[in-house]
Amino acid sequence: MWEYTDIVKEHFLHPKNVGEMKDASCVGEVGSIACGDALKLFLKIEDGIIKDASFQTFGCASAIASSSALTELVKGKTVDEALKITNKDIAGALGGLPKEKMHCSVMGQEALEAAIKSWRGEAVSSQEHSEGEIVCECFGVTDEQILHAVRENDLKTVEDVTYYTKAGGGCAKCHEKIEALIAQARGEAVAAPAPEPAKRLTNLQRMRLIEEVLEKEIRPRLQLDGGDIELADIEGLVVSVNLRGRCTGCPASQSTVQGTVQAILREKVDPEIQVREA
Amino acid sequence: MSAQNIVYLDNNATTRVAPEVLTAMLPFFSERYGNPSSMHTFGGSVGREMREARESLAELLGCGADEIVFTSCGTESDNTAIRSALTAQPEKRHIITTRVEHPAVLSLCKFLERSQGYRVTYLGVDAEGRLDMQELTDSLSDDTAIVSIMWANNETGVIFPIEQIAELTRSRGIMLHTDAVQAVGKIPMRLSETGVDMLSLSGHKLHAPKGVGALYVRRKLPYRPYLIGGHQEHGKRAGTENTTGIIALGAAAKAAQAHLPGENTTVRALRDRLENALLASVTDSRLNGHAIERLPNTSNISFKYIEGEAILLLLDQLGIAASSGSACTSGSLEPSHVLRAMGVPFTYAHGSIRFSLSRYTTDADVDYVIKNVPQIIETLRTISPYKQGTLEPLDPKRECGS
Repeated sequence: MWEYTDIVKEHFLHPKNVGEMKDASCVGEVGSIACGDALKLFLKIEDGIIKDASFQTFGCASAIASSSALTELVKGKTVDEALKITNKDIAGALGGLPKEKMHCSVMGQEALEAAIKSWRGEAVSSQEHSEGEIVCECFGVTDEQILHAVRENDLKTVEDVTYYTKAGGGCAKCHEKIEALIAQARGEAVAAPAPEPAKRLTNLQRMRLIEEVLEKEIRPRLQLDGGDIELADIEGLVVSVNLRGRCTGCPASQSTVQGTVQAILREKVDPEIQVREA
Repeated sequence: MSAQNIVYLDNNATTRVAPEVLTAMLPFFSERYGNPSSMHTFGGSVGREMREARESLAELLGCGADEIVFTSCGTESDNTAIRSALTAQPEKRHIITTRVEHPAVLSLCKFLERSQGYRVTYLGVDAEGRLDMQELTDSLSDDTAIVSIMWANNETGVIFPIEQIAELTRSRGIMLHTDAVQAVGKIPMRLSETGVDMLSLSGHKLHAPKGVGALYVRRKLPYRPYLIGGHQEHGKRAGTENTTGIIALGAAAKAAQAHLPGENTTVRALRDRLENALLASVTDSRLNGHAIERLPNTSNISFKYIEGEAILLLLDQLGIAASSGSACTSGSLEPSHVLRAMGVPFTYAHGSIRFSLSRYTTDADVDYVIKNVPQIIETLRTISPYKQGTLEPLDPKRECGS
């Protein structure tokens, strides 16, 4: 069960500004039924000021609450002010969202941007995100969207990106691309082709190093989230681990293993390391 | 929220401990805490009661008491069965299972495939959730170590023809394991008369507490224990016995035996009434899973154009507990693997709700749900941009690599 704030519950149980607006100045549409949530935002703009806003949302409680909060946020704002609203503002207006649900706030921000662009006559392709290249095919998320979410929310891991954009939440094939985008957005060197390790480690050295990195770097990070990890086996470059604590059975455990754990081990030990759940 | 004012229709997730089960188990927490392996009478007498529990469970399953191995849960039973079959037949490298198994089997098979190099066949299901026996027949090979197919599906309640499958695997000399966690106590079984080699069950799905399960292992079946240590369970499962849990499971088995006819008459009638009323009163709703070949207590209904988590939370506001196959409830971003395997369109899959009843479900419970659900669906449909008569939303997403 998700732990929603009272504000989220209130906006979900008694959403504000529900419904189609017949005389809307513009409409912003994002998401799709396949992805599990979709938002249609209606704005009435007069003299550059948003006089009224309404929405229709297909999605979970936090998607409905985010939409409701968004309509309240934008009313009375100038178009320029509205464009400055970030997904963090939407989440903030709700007293916060579970991190796995942050994509609901991102959807709100994107719908707002789409609506205003359409009002300004800029090209908007509803439903499809034409800007940038699709990175996550499962959820149709582009590199531009990922870069934006990483910069806006200071995201650090693939798991974070999945929570905020859904990218990488399906087949997981795009996780390496997402890692590269995180590095790019964070101003780090764009992941170049992996350099050969300075010196080849012997099997024993590698095993010791893996143990050390797991113990000193990875475990403390997972423990912050109430999870834990233990090493099950090392066979050559294949590292088997068991997730413990809150990581156990966590639906995001695959991205924890592949994203966080594997990424760190690749960086610190060997770029060809593969991490698996034992 | 206390149990008194909740309409609990989530019995496939877990069940309440039956009062008679609780009464039977309580003394083993307090005055009768002995270890059945001890030499003294104080411990040994617990062993005698454990034997009775084993006999009650064997009675329910239609097998010998010596064929029962107590475990800690259904997942342990599933893992033990599949790993045992593989270890006992190291030359065989092929596993057959289905796309709709519980994660206790499915994730294990994916793990064995990914990191241990086993070849795994995942059998598909049709739109009503049924297996294609021909596909199974064609998949069997001399390299097949084990076929693991659930007896009944936890999400839809669809029952697979395990006895027929067992005839097939036995004729080919291939081991068959079935995850019967949802089926035990709802479907009559005579395991000794079937070709089923191993069967998993879980206590908390049949009104025993969490933390106890069992594995049926057919007599003389080559078997390799998963937990190695002491001699408990005749060396088939080391570790000091969960005596309270085992006593409870025995009492629950006895109760389940007595209630078996009721499951298929009273509970079924309540389920049918609930299901028919909802399908009739809510437009654009559909039943997921075969209407007949199904557990008597389970109903999986999809409501088009809206999302399951939102439905569940509104039900929760009214004290109704159910579950959903929607993506948002699991924390995963994709809807239920079972509904996707059945090809349920996304427009429906996201809005699926599973109602699972038990012997404790009352007429008043069903009335209450029938009365309130249509309004909830209507409320959410008012909010949704997708509606009857509007352009049918496309289903653009490609199948993910799973």
